[in-house]
Amino acid sequence: MLEEVATSTEGDLVINVGPQHPATHGVLHLVITLNGETIKKVEPHLGYIHRSIEKMCESLTYRQFIYVTSRMDYLSAHINNHACALCVEKAMQIEVPERAQVIRVIMDELTRIASHELWWGAMAMDIGAFTPFFHAFRERETINDIMEETCGARLTMNYMVPGGVMIDLHPDFQRKVKEFIKLFRSKVHEYDELVTGNIIFRSRMKDVGFLSKEDAISFGCTGPTARGSGVSCDIRKLYPYDVYNKVQFEEVLETGGDSLARYMVRIREMHQSISIIEQLIDNIPEGDFQAKTKAVLKLPKGEFYTRVETARGELGLYIVSEGATTPYRIKFRSPGFSNLSALDTMARGSKLGDLVAMMGTLDLVIPDIDR
Amino acid sequence: MPLTSAFSIPFSRFDIHKMWSLTDITTNIHDWLNETFSPTWVLIIEMVIAGIAVIGLFAVLGLVLVIMERKVSAWMQIRLGPNRVGPKGLLQSLADTLKLLVKEGLTPGGADKFLFNLAPIIALVVAMLLMAPIAFAKDFQLWNLNIGVLYVSAVSSLMVISILMAGWSSNNKYSLMGAMRSGAQIVSYELSAGLSILTIVVLAGSLNIPDIIYSQADGWWIFKGHIPALIAFVIFIIAVTAETNRAPFDLAEAESELTAGFHTEYSGMKFALFFLAEYVNVFIVCAIGATLFLGGWMPFHIGNWEAFNHVMDYIPSSIWFFGKTFFLIFVIMWFRWTFPRLRIDQLLNLEWKYLLPISMFNLILVTAIAILKWHF
Amino acid sequence: MFIVKYIKDVFSGIKSLLVGMRRTGYYFTHHKEIITEQYPDNRDTLKLPERFKGEVVMPHDANNEHRCTGCTACELACPNGTIKVVTKFDITPDGKKKKAIDKLVYHLELCTMCNLCIVACPSDAIVMAQTFEHSVFDRAELTKILNNPGSRIMDGVE
Repeated sequence: MLEEVATSTEGDLVINVGPQHPATHGVLHLVITLNGETIKKVEPHLGYIHRSIEKMCESLTYRQFIYVTSRMDYLSAHINNHACALCVEKAMQIEVPERAQVIRVIMDELTRIASHELWWGAMAMDIGAFTPFFHAFRERETINDIMEETCGARLTMNYMVPGGVMIDLHPDFQRKVKEFIKLFRSKVHEYDELVTGNIIFRSRMKDVGFLSKEDAISFGCTGPTARGSGVSCDIRKLYPYDVYNKVQFEEVLETGGDSLARYMVRIREMHQSISIIEQLIDNIPEGDFQAKTKAVLKLPKGEFYTRVETARGELGLYIVSEGATTPYRIKFRSPGFSNLSALDTMARGSKLGDLVAMMGTLDLVIPDIDR
Repeated sequence: MPLTSAFSIPFSRFDIHKMWSLTDITTNIHDWLNETFSPTWVLIIEMVIAGIAVIGLFAVLGLVLVIMERKVSAWMQIRLGPNRVGPKGLLQSLADTLKLLVKEGLTPGGADKFLFNLAPIIALVVAMLLMAPIAFAKDFQLWNLNIGVLYVSAVSSLMVISILMAGWSSNNKYSLMGAMRSGAQIVSYELSAGLSILTIVVLAGSLNIPDIIYSQADGWWIFKGHIPALIAFVIFIIAVTAETNRAPFDLAEAESELTAGFHTEYSGMKFALFFLAEYVNVFIVCAIGATLFLGGWMPFHIGNWEAFNHVMDYIPSSIWFFGKTFFLIFVIMWFRWTFPRLRIDQLLNLEWKYLLPISMFNLILVTAIAILKWHF
Repeated sequence: MFIVKYIKDVFSGIKSLLVGMRRTGYYFTHHKEIITEQYPDNRDTLKLPERFKGEVVMPHDANNEHRCTGCTACELACPNGTIKVVTKFDITPDGKKKKAIDKLVYHLELCTMCNLCIVACPSDAIVMAQTFEHSVFDRAELTKILNNPGSRIMDGVE
C-alpha cells in the first residue's frame, strides 16, 4: 500500500476498498487509483481468506475431500461437490445409476437458481436498492428448505458421494420442487418490475464495465461473465456431464459485453434452470441412487481433470494420483479468480459508483477466489 | 418582524373562523402573560416557550420519523420490522437514541477537531432555523415573516456547509468524496427546487406563507394550477429528495460505495445529530411542499361546495397539516425503499438536462396562466 | 424528432419507476406476505426435517443398550478427527474377552455435519439429531461422550 502511494502520480487519489467494505461481499481488497471520481487503476489484493483447501485435500481420502470443496464456492456448494464426484468416477470408471444422475442435475440447477437469487439481491443492494434483497431471499429460502429436507443441510449439503448421491430423495421432494417452480413463476415478474425494467437501474448498467469478447477469452473468463460478452463457454453444453445431454436447454448468450448483458445472462439462466428442472422432475427414473463402490477408494496412478459449470463459471478439478487412498496433488481452477482478473480492464475510465456495479455483475464469492 | 409574533394575530381574509384552531390558546397565554409580567419578561418567556417547543418537536419528530422509516421499509421488504421494544415496537427509536447517547463519540486522530465537532451542530441549527416560518396549524407559526418561502430556500442551502465541513474535517477519503458529491448535488438541485417553489409564488402572488395558504382556501394549488402545478409538484418532490440526500440520491452516503460517506467517522451522539438533522430536514421540505402545493393546514375545499367545505372544516387544521406532511414523507420513504441509486454524472444530468429545462418552461407556462387568470 | 424522443424518454422512465413503486406499495399494504420468522419465539412450532444434520448422537434403548461395536469405522471416515473411539475389553458371561467401547468421544466443535460417519457405521449405532442450538459458554462442553455411563452393547449386534 505504501509503495502504491509513493508511485502514484500527483493528484491521484488512492483508496482502499476492502478488506472490510460493504460492497465487496467478503474480504476482497481492492486498491483503487482515482482521478476525481474516475477510476485509473484497480488492483485486487487477495489472500485474506486463504485456507489452503487444495493442500488440505491432499491429506483426505476421496470420500472425505468432497465436503471441503463445499467451503470454496459456498453458494454453489453442490456443484463443487459434483466436480469432485465426477472426477473420482471418471478415474475409477464407476458407472453412476441414471437415477443418481438425474437427482444430481436437479440439485445442481436448484443450487444455481439459489445462487443467482442471492446474486440478484446482492447486486441490487450494490446499486443501492435494498428491497430486492429480501424478495430474492423469499424464493431462495424455499430452495434451501427443499435442500434441507432431502440433504439435511441448507447450504453445505455434502450430498454427493463418488458413485451417486448419499441418500435417496425425500418422498416430498417432487411435490416441493413443483411448488417452488409455481412460486418462482408467480414471483419472477417482480424482478423485472423492481430492478430490470427500472430506468435508474438500466442507465446504471448500460454501457459500463465493457468487456470485449477477445478480452473475456484472454482473461479466461467463464460462466455468465464471459457469456455476457458473447463467448460460448457453457460446460453443460460443450462437454455435457451426467444427463445434461438429455435435456433441452439453451445456452444463454448476450453480446453486449457490458454490465447489463452480464445481468441479463444470469436472469435468463434462472429461467433455463427452471426449464431443466421441469423436464426432469417428473422423469426421475427408478433404481439405485448410488453405485456399488468399494469402501476404500483408490484412484489409479495418473492425472485426471473434470470440469463443471458452477453458477459463476467453469470449475476445473485436477487430481494427480499416485495410486494411494489420498490424492497426491489437487488443483482447482476456480471461476471467480479469472473473472476477477478482468475487473481492471472493465473498470478503467468509469466512475467509482460503477465499480461496485461491475463487481456485482461478476458475482464474486471470495472464498472461491482465495480457496 | 420579531420572534414574539410566534402567537400572531389571526388572519381574516377568508371566513373560516368555524374551524377549531390553536389561536385562542396562544392568544390567551399571550394576554395572561401581558397581564402578569412586564413586556420585557413576556418577550423572554415567550422566547423560552418557543425554544422549548421547537426542541421538543425536534425530538418527537426524530423519534417518530425513525420508527416510521423502519416500519415502512420493513413492510415493503416483507419483514415485520421492530416489534420488541414497547407496544408493537413503537419505543424502538427511543431505545436507539439511548444507545447512541451512551456511546463514545470518537474523534479520529488526524481530524480537525474543531470543525469535526462543529459540523453536526451546524446541521442541527440549520434544521432548527428552518422550523421558524412553518405554519403548523391555523395561525400557529413561530415567525410570520413576509418572505417566508425565500427564507426557507435560503437557509436550507446552508445544510451543505455542515456536510462539507464534516467530510473535510474527518480526514477520511470516503468522507471527503461523499461531501464533495453532496456539495455538487445540493447546489444543483436547489435550482429546480427553487424554480418549482417559484411557480406557486407566481400563482399565489406572495412569499408570505400564511398568504399562500389563504390563497388556497377555495382549492389547493396542485388542483387549481392545472398540469403545470402538477409538474412543478413532481419536480419539487424529486429535487427535495436530492437536497435532503435521500435515496435514490443518497450519493453523499452511498454505503455500498463510500461506506457511509460524510459521516463515516462519526459515532455516538454526533452521528445521532446528523441522523436527526436528516429526518427533520425531510420533515421540513415535506412541510414546505404541503404548504405550497397541498394547502398547508387548509382543509380540502372544492370551489363553492359550501356543505362539503363546511364538513371539512370540522377536522382540526393541525391534523390537515400533519396529515399532508406525513403523506409526503411517506412518498419520499417509498422512493427510498424502491429505487436504486443514481451515479454522480447521471444525477447531474438529470438535474441539468431534464429537471431544470422542464421547470423553466413550466415556470413560463405558469406565469402565463397567472397573468391570464386561467387558474381556478 | 428530438423533442418527441425526449418526452417519450421522460414518460417511459417515469412509468418504469411507478411500476416499481406499485410493487413495493403492494407489499406495504399486504401484510400477509410477510415472511419473517420470529425465531426464538417460534421454538414450539419450529419443526426441522427428520434428515436435518444437527449433531451426532448414539441412541440407547430402555435397557441402556446401544448398537456400537467399537469398530472405529466412523473414526476413520471422519475428515476432521471429530470422533475418537476408546475401546476396552469386556468379559462376556461365558468367560470370553470381547472388544467393546469404553467411550465414544465426539468433538462437536470440529464437526462439519458431513454425515460420512453415519454412512460408514455398519451397525447403525450413531444417527444425526435435529438439535441445532449448540452455543455454550465453555468450549469444553462441546466435547461429548456419546455412550451413556454404564451402557452396554445390545445383544445380537456384531
